[in-house]
Order: sequence, then C-alpha cells, then structure tokens
Amino acid sequence: MKRNRREFLKLAGITTASVIGATSGLTMAEASGSGEAKHKAILAKNQKALTAKRWGMVIDTTKLQTASDIEPIISACHKIHNVPEMTNKNHEIKWIWEEEFKHVFAEQEHELVNERLRHLPFLVLCNHCKNPPCVRACPTNATFQTKEGIVMMDFHRCIGCRFCMAACPYGSRSFNFQDPRPFIKETNKEFPTRMKGVVEKCNLCAERLAVGKLPFCVEASNGAIIFGDLDDPQSEIREVLNTNYTIRRKPALGTGPSIYYIV
Amino acid sequence: MLELALKGSKKFYGWLIALLVLAGIGFAFYLWQFNFGLGITGMSRDVSWGFYIAQFTFLVGVAAGGVMVVLPYYLHNYKAFGKITILGEFLAVASLTMCMLFIIVDLGQPVRILNVWLHPTPNSVLFWDTLVLNGYLLLNIIVGWKVLEAERNGVHYKSWLKPLIYISIPFAVSIHTVTAFLYCGLPGRGFWMTAILAPRFLASAFAAGPALLILLCLFVRKATKFDPGKEQIQSLAKIVAYAISLNLFFFLCEVFVALYSGIPEHIDHIKYLFYGLHGHGILVPWMWSSMGLMVLGIILLVNPTTRRNEGVLAAACVAVFAGTWIDKGLGMISGGFIPSPLHHVNEYAPTFPEIMITLGVYAIGAIVLTILFKIVVSVKEEVNG
Amino acid sequence: MLKEKRIFNKKLVIAGLIIFIGVITFPFWFNHAKVVAPPEVKLTEKAKEAKECVLPDKVKMRGNHMQLLDMWRDTVVRDGNRKYIGTNGKEYEMSLSNTCLDCHSNKADFCDKCHEYASVNPYCWDCHIDNPKETKNNETQ
Repeated sequence: MKRNRREFLKLAGITTASVIGATSGLTMAEASGSGEAKHKAILAKNQKALTAKRWGMVIDTTKLQTASDIEPIISACHKIHNVPEMTNKNHEIKWIWEEEFKHVFAEQEHELVNERLRHLPFLVLCNHCKNPPCVRACPTNATFQTKEGIVMMDFHRCIGCRFCMAACPYGSRSFNFQDPRPFIKETNKEFPTRMKGVVEKCNLCAERLAVGKLPFCVEASNGAIIFGDLDDPQSEIREVLNTNYTIRRKPALGTGPSIYYIV
Repeated sequence: MLELALKGSKKFYGWLIALLVLAGIGFAFYLWQFNFGLGITGMSRDVSWGFYIAQFTFLVGVAAGGVMVVLPYYLHNYKAFGKITILGEFLAVASLTMCMLFIIVDLGQPVRILNVWLHPTPNSVLFWDTLVLNGYLLLNIIVGWKVLEAERNGVHYKSWLKPLIYISIPFAVSIHTVTAFLYCGLPGRGFWMTAILAPRFLASAFAAGPALLILLCLFVRKATKFDPGKEQIQSLAKIVAYAISLNLFFFLCEVFVALYSGIPEHIDHIKYLFYGLHGHGILVPWMWSSMGLMVLGIILLVNPTTRRNEGVLAAACVAVFAGTWIDKGLGMISGGFIPSPLHHVNEYAPTFPEIMITLGVYAIGAIVLTILFKIVVSVKEEVNG
Repeated sequence: MLKEKRIFNKKLVIAGLIIFIGVITFPFWFNHAKVVAPPEVKLTEKAKEAKECVLPDKVKMRGNHMQLLDMWRDTVVRDGNRKYIGTNGKEYEMSLSNTCLDCHSNKADFCDKCHEYASVNPYCWDCHIDNPKETKNNETQ
C-alpha cells in the first residue's frame, strides 16, 4: 500500500510541475521544468499479461525420461536468460538443472528405490515457495515475493551478502563470483545479464508472463511441465494435481513449494 | 587523550608500522577482490559463506566476551575488575571493528551496504545484527572513553553514563544471540538448526574473549608499568574455566541429540567434521585438535594449582583461544554447508588472497587495539605514577 | 579535560594547514581556466522523428531521466508493471535496453558523452545490454 502511494508521488513529481515538493529529490530539477502536463503519467500492467493468484508448476517426470528430454529445456531457459556457463564449477550458475533422485528427494532415498527413479533425471529449479525462507532472510528486500507468488530477485538492490543462499533449503540460488558476461556464449539482447556480486535464480519467466507468454521451460517441455494458477480450482494445473499423485521437495520444512512432481 | 597514543617507544612504532604494512597488503588484495569479485576466494555455490563470515562470527564472540569484566564490576560491585573493565571494553571495540570489516569484505556489492538501512527489513536477522553490532560498538566507545577520561582527571564519571553501562550488558548478550540466530533459524541446515546454538555461541564467547584478555593483561604487565593485577587475572581465569566447560558441554548435548536421534540431516555435518564424509574430510584433524585444545584448557584451568601458575595459565588461555577459534572460525560455518541441502559434498578451503585479506582485517583490528590499549596504559601510568 | 598543557608547534601546524587546504582544493585549481565544451546531444533519425521523448519536456528529460529510470526499474521488477503511459498519452514499454535504446541506439554519442562530461558512471550497462538494435544490424551487415 505504502509503496504504491510513494510511487504515485514519485511519478507525479517527475511528470508534472504541479506536484512540486511531493518528492524532495526532484524539486530542484522541477523548478527549471516548464511544460504543464495535461494529464498524469500512469504505470500499468500489459493487457495481455498472464495473471494468477499463485503460479505453480507440475513436472511430469514420466514424460521426461532421459537426459535428452531434459537438456533442451535447460538450455532454452539458460539461453534466453543469459545464464553464463562458468568454467569453474565452484562459480556455477544454474536456474534450472538436472539432479538425481537421491539428491532431489534425499529424505526419500533408500537402497531399494525403484530402478527407474534411481536413474531418472529430475528437473530442479527455484520452488517459488509460499513461505520462502530466502525472502525472510534478505536484509534489503532484494529478494521478495510478488502478489502472484513468484519469488523474484531485484538485482539492483542485492548487496551480495548471500544470506538467501544459506536460507534456501533447495540450493536454488547462485552467486556471481565474477563478471558473468565473458561466459555467456550467445547473448539474448532483450534480457539483461547480471553483474558480479549479486545472487540470481529462476524468475519463473516473469518477463514472459508480463507479455502473455508461458515460461520458456514450459514451452520447451512438450507438455511435460504443466503451468498454471494453483489458487484457481478450474485451472488445468489443479486438474492435473487432482488426478495424479504428486510430491514436493522437503515438504516437512513448511516452505510450501509451488513446484510439484509426478513420479 | 588521543595524543597519548602518539608518544611511544621505538618498539611501539615498529609494531604499528608492521601492522600497517600487513593491513596495506591485505588492502591491496582486497582491491583485487573488489575488481574481480568474490571469485578469488575459495567459496562456492554450495559453500557460499567462508572464512570471512567465520571470522566475523568468532570475533562477535570475542567482543561479547568483554562483558565478563563489565558485568561483575558494575552489576555485582566486584571492585577488583574496576581496574580492567576498560581493557574489556576496548577489546570489544577492536573486535567489533574487525566484525564490520569482515562483513564488508564478504559482500558481493559492498558499495550498496547502506541498502540495509535504506530498505529496512525487520524480518531479516541480518538487519537486526547490523543494529545490535553498531549499537554495542557505539556503547563501548562512549562508555570506555568517558570512564577512562574521568579516571584521568581524577573525578567520578558522569551519572548519565550509568544507564549506558547497564544497557551495554544485555547488548553484549544480544550481539552474539542475534549472530547465532543468523544460522539457527534456517530450514534445511541441520547443523545449525539447534536451539542450543546461541547459548553455545555465548559460552564459547565468554571463554575466548576473557582468555584473550588474560593474555593481553599478562602482556601489559610485562611491557608496561601498569599491572592489571593478580586477583583480576585469576578471576578471569575462573570465568574462562566455566565458560569453556559449558561450551564443551553444550557441544556434547548437540552431539547426543544428533547421534541418538539418528536423523541423517543432523548427523551428516558432525560426521563430515570429525570423520569425513564420502572421502572428504580436510577439517577432521582441525576439529580433533580443537577438541583436544579445549579439553586441555579445561584440565589446566579447573585445576587450581595449574591455574595459579601464570605460565601455565597463559598456555591454557592460548589453548582455549585456539580451540574456540578452530571451532567457530573454521568448522562452524563450512561445517553447516557441507553436505549441501542436496547432499553434495563440496569442500571449502580459503585461498591465499582470502587469507591475506583476512590477515589485513586482523591487522587493522590489532592497530585499533594497540592504540586503545596504549592510551589506557598511559592514563593508568599517569594516574598511578 | 581539565588542564591540557601541550605546546603545539605553530609553524608546523600552519604549514600543515596550508598543505591540507592545498590538497583538498586541488580539483578546483587543477581544472582552473580549462573550459570543456558541453557535449552536443546527437539524435538518431528515429529519435528525431519521434519528436518527443518519454517525458515530453526535453529539459526535464535531461535532468530527471535517472529518477524516471530508477522508478521504472523498481516498478517493473517489484510490481510487475511494464507499461508507462506518459503525460502525452503515449504508451511505452518500460525497458532501458528495449525502449530507450531502441530510439537512442547511438549510446556512445547519446549517453556516454554526456555522462563522461558530467563525470558520472552509471552501472546500468553492467547488466543491461548496451545496444540491442545496433549490434543486430552490424551482425546482419
């Protein structure tokens, strides 16, 4: 609430001469400005933006059997988001990647686990938790939860303390130990890169949702990833959740992951 | 009073210059890190906090340990400590200076550090940590300086200081409690997730801080005309004895809970630290040495005959300080990250530049400590002489 | 402090003060008499055609574009707003790389020269791609 009011004042301060004094930082510059505006500037969402109360995903592992099913999904995401391929493994940056059952569901692992599951490549990414510990930990609110349930990074604000990385129980966060640009093979010029010293992770393609497109991994998955509004009982994802048995990672921690797995 | 720090022997200046050189070297390495990024350290995606944060944690303890002289004197009117409270307070100032510097060198974007206050986030423990650390630093500077000034002028310190002194006592407890809360409130980090972490941090703090103080007192007595006093040193030694015993007891409580419950998420870290996990175990010899040193410290400090011998006492204090340093400054942080939440074992060791930057910060702390202690000693010599 | 009985060395103190003032004012007399002409803003054909920018007032744009961008980045990242409808009723997508630099595709001439003159070093370009369109053209050529 507060933010919106402040923003409105800020906007008014920049765009119209009539609200001089609303934001102190702008008043000096305002004094020289002359043009009286006819109407106020407006900030708005795209009309075609996809919206939800709480975005979520179901990953159907029965449709993702081999590394070659998984690989295109990973590279699609990493390509459009300018995720670098670091040569030093310590400095690795991953938004979505592949792990074995014993790592993804460590607490479910046992020596008699089904052969298929044992060797199945699992896709893992930020769980966009309902109750995200990383957001709780961040001392600057650089990582935050949107109204639609996406856990986002504000790279402009991140101080690189890495408290969120310690807080995340899923190892979903990566840190830019050095300038990532030299390690990006092909740059997507429409999406920013990151700079050294900030933490990054999956943003659930917020930039694509904003223009009415599905997350790129969903698009690249040939139907193996179902995406939708978890709070909408009529949605496809709810139907899938209703008709399949799904599991989530480390449910006992109470973080409430929004990524579900059909195993 | 600051001018007192300027008049010193050749040795004094030599020591300061040596520290300045070390700090300068550390700074040069820091410039490299500043330009390149934290990639010059040994930290990784899995072990995302390393040596810097570990030193920070340990030094918060040393700073909090200063309260062990302040509390008996001001709260229980234990007169003997009146002579050395100032040493405890100034040790806290130097330690906290280092803590701040360690936080800054650990940041990926240090120039944005003020974002912590520009966008205050009360749900973050780190936000509170910056508040209590700065608060405790300020309190110690004001109280220490003003009380010393009054002593120099032969008057009683002003009455408005009294509330600040009382506030500083819970503040000392709070800095280490909040620092423990940084770790123990994180889901999925079994090693830290124990309610005994804050008490354990305090116990090891009240051992490490006073142990260092005893060593400093012994040095001050030898090098200057100011004698902190036999009784004072013995009282401190008893504090160290109890605190280090408690630290070990708390640790064993943790070990019991982890091992007896048999929950892998809690056992694995202890296993990694003391036996190695999946063939990785660079910290194993360190951790056992830490245990050995702490046990040795307990034996020498609890036993009155060894404690009263100041030579043995000094050795015991070195053992306690080194033992707690390994425990917190090496094992505590990387131990919590290994294995990772996805159960990968990626080991961590600080790199050469990382160690140089760390030494640089320690050098700056030593400079602050030297100057403050020099002032104290000069005032004491002036007053007594 | 009751009695400070220090005798300060007057000569040294004054000499020190002079040196101090000299050092601290160094930038002023170092640049003295050196006049650097303000850079001329070069507009691309596309920018010229558009006639007005996001803030229709040119002076305001020059003086306040940083606040505007600061607000843009906040609202885009944090509130998910992507559209900016200006006081002139025109709609823009709030994006430094994809909107601003779409028109002002001559970053070196348009942005950098002025920033250099004003001695500011914005770190926008550490992440935001300098110039999507221009490089694309270069590649196709």
